[in-house]
Amino acid sequence: MSFLEMLDIVNEEQMKQGKEGFAFDHDCREGICGMCSLVINGMPHGPDHATTTCQLHMRKFKDGDTIVIEPWRAAAFPVIRDCAVDRTAFDRIIQAGGFVSVNTGAAPEASTIPVPKADADRAFDAAACIGCGACVAACKNASAMLFVSAKVSHLSFLPQGKVEAKKRVLAMVAQMDKEGFGNCTNLYECQAACPKGITVDYIAKMNREYLGATVTYAEKVYGKD
Amino acid sequence: MILDSKIPGGSIEEKWTKHKFELKLVNPANKRKFTVIVVGTGLAGASAAASLGELGYNVKSFCIQDSPRRAHSIAAQGGINAAKNYKNDGDSVYRLFYDTVKGGDFRAREANVHRLAENSNLIIDQCVAQGVPFGREYGGLLDNRSFGGTQVSRTFYARGQTGQQLLLGAYQALMRQVAAGKVKMFPRREMMDLVVIDGKARGIIVRNLITGELESHVADAVCLCTGGYGNVYYLSTNAQGSNVTAAFRAYKRGALFANPCYTQIHPTCIPRHGDLQSKLTLMSESLRNDGRIWVPRKAGDTRSPDQIPEEDRYYYLEEKYPSFGNLVPRDVASRNAKQVCDAGLGVGNTKQAVYLDFADAIQRMGVAKITDEDPYKVPMRIFPAIHYTMGGLWVDYDLMSTIPGCFVLGEANFSDHGANRLGASALMQGLSDGYFVIPFTIGGYFAGTKLEKVSESDAAFEDCKKQTEERIHKLLSIKGHRTVNDIHRELGNALAALLTSSNSPKSSLSTLSIVKNLAVATSVKKARLRKAKQSAMTKTSATSVLGNTRATVSHRNSPRNLLPLITSTLLLGATNNERTEFDFEDLASEGCQDQSTMFLRTCPSWKCSTL
Repeated sequence: MSFLEMLDIVNEEQMKQGKEGFAFDHDCREGICGMCSLVINGMPHGPDHATTTCQLHMRKFKDGDTIVIEPWRAAAFPVIRDCAVDRTAFDRIIQAGGFVSVNTGAAPEASTIPVPKADADRAFDAAACIGCGACVAACKNASAMLFVSAKVSHLSFLPQGKVEAKKRVLAMVAQMDKEGFGNCTNLYECQAACPKGITVDYIAKMNREYLGATVTYAEKVYGKD
Repeated sequence: MILDSKIPGGSIEEKWTKHKFELKLVNPANKRKFTVIVVGTGLAGASAAASLGELGYNVKSFCIQDSPRRAHSIAAQGGINAAKNYKNDGDSVYRLFYDTVKGGDFRAREANVHRLAENSNLIIDQCVAQGVPFGREYGGLLDNRSFGGTQVSRTFYARGQTGQQLLLGAYQALMRQVAAGKVKMFPRREMMDLVVIDGKARGIIVRNLITGELESHVADAVCLCTGGYGNVYYLSTNAQGSNVTAAFRAYKRGALFANPCYTQIHPTCIPRHGDLQSKLTLMSESLRNDGRIWVPRKAGDTRSPDQIPEEDRYYYLEEKYPSFGNLVPRDVASRNAKQVCDAGLGVGNTKQAVYLDFADAIQRMGVAKITDEDPYKVPMRIFPAIHYTMGGLWVDYDLMSTIPGCFVLGEANFSDHGANRLGASALMQGLSDGYFVIPFTIGGYFAGTKLEKVSESDAAFEDCKKQTEERIHKLLSIKGHRTVNDIHRELGNALAALLTSSNSPKSSLSTLSIVKNLAVATSVKKARLRKAKQSAMTKTSATSVLGNTRATVSHRNSPRNLLPLITSTLLLGATNNERTEFDFEDLASEGCQDQSTMFLRTCPSWKCSTL
């Protein structure tokens, strides 16, 4: 039985007794949509390494264990009810620049630009992010650096995304700050909590890109001050 | 009603090109005068909303999840087909068209399928330009893999998460339009009704899943991109939120439903492990490329799989279909798995599984997480599972349903896959409809239709909202004894059992009895429940299925399980060749968001086969 199936049973029992159920987010239940979001025994997505809550199974616990369940806690993720939180801040960060500006129909033939396999693979490792927000929940600063750096790196590793890379990193980081996410202090908790194995290497890459962009691009866009 | 598919004339290769030219255009400066509602943000919905926004239309995009990125297209694993012929193995647009039509048992609408095959190459171009990290060769060019039902390698993939990467591409395009102000996003909304004015779809009523409030939204056209009805069978590979409510409400407002019998059973699912399971998880079909499917040759062989020598293994697909081997189409693979299990050759505790043996594909799938077995040591057990629904709302060549102005895209429509969808074609269809069909056809509709000005305060919107409110109030005021999940489980399992049986009229009648008696049982006292259910199991009389029976259901916390009884409708409609209808007027609960009860009644018949 999976962890969420256990919660289903708890809720069914509650309902049968005429009590309110317990609100939590979930959807695909196969570890890819990023909707499930529980801090279980102090760990986002629970004790299993690189596993979302929906793929956590009760066999990881012992009979008689007390399990503590909490919501993602971050100022930028206001709690809606019980363990359901509002993560639209992530959508707004993507809106700030987490895309390639290409209109439908305007694309060149797919094989026109070869991409070295190593670059494609590293872009993919970053693109594997499911946007669940466990990195934020794990960080004592509630920093979204792992999430933002994954998108920044995914696109800047690829030639298609390089064109807008400088503008993108500046805009996304600015939006991240605006949403109230904290800064990175290199504790690596995000990497440990990430269900998709995104590493802090991408944060280093983003910092490098950001620094470069502030020197060579920000002035052009935002003026000297 | 006469169904006119409006397929353009000319040879199959010319139809789409000709049609695109013949469609009337909307002047770029006039596009901003039109508003389009797009319900759903999967591949079809996100790509449609983004593309329409780019064209200059005002778009309102709705999704039931907290973010458009979470739509269930994200769970697609294996890949997306395109007729690029990068492998130089004889592929072409015509071959992709031919394979798709043949794989669908010649029941797909050929004109649509040819258009799909033409668009397939454009989709790959578009996705690569968006930064979708497809698998590549060392030379830096795109790689392909093979998939079931085809003898060429035409499937583009992004490891085991092609759906996620394609959806993120479409989602990012959508977010770009949100930032540009052309698309307004409405997450955590459930569509409760379609508003039809003067015979045209002019808006929707949605429920805000946070506040519980009903909202009216006006538009000049509505695009339903809301996926299939697989969850009516209770256990399926669909997400928990894939509840088919939007399509059902459109159906209630007059959009016809076609081919409801065509439900795809996917051959390589991880077998179910218990009664309280909430969903099934697939292993990508591309594993069949790497693996060999077998069962012990003799029934009752209890040896562990690694102890069974080669000569005692029955590689039934390879023996029966030597040219396709393990890569036969999904329906054939599933049917054969069911047959060998029915013959007593099944493996595992439940005897409802077959072995899939493979060496190196495991790491990207992480199956050990679910079953706690190490696939390096023992072969994986697999069994077919309900996965995709080829049937859906009937659409014409322009993707418009029988309600003018209500367009249906992706899995929610019925047109492109016939009786069986080939692997890696769902992603292709969703994106083709959203990126490369609707942007043309919706313009044709706007340019050729006179649309009166309407607003949220019009009587039609007020009425529709009031009806929804009354429906909810009625439900909230019924005190039931069972949860929605409980009913869903019993009914869905009954339907699934029927679906995977040989579909004899007798078995469909007994399922109808279960449905009816379930309805009776839930409205009577709890103490009588068991008795009623027992009698349900034994009644097979046709008369027992007619008549209006009301069920009362208690349901508090799962706002998304607005019941899936609709497919019993569909399924039964299929087996009896007539349209049966459920009404969820009542399935109720107190203090909670969504509910319904069902009425079961038969309606004037129309033949699925004529569509």
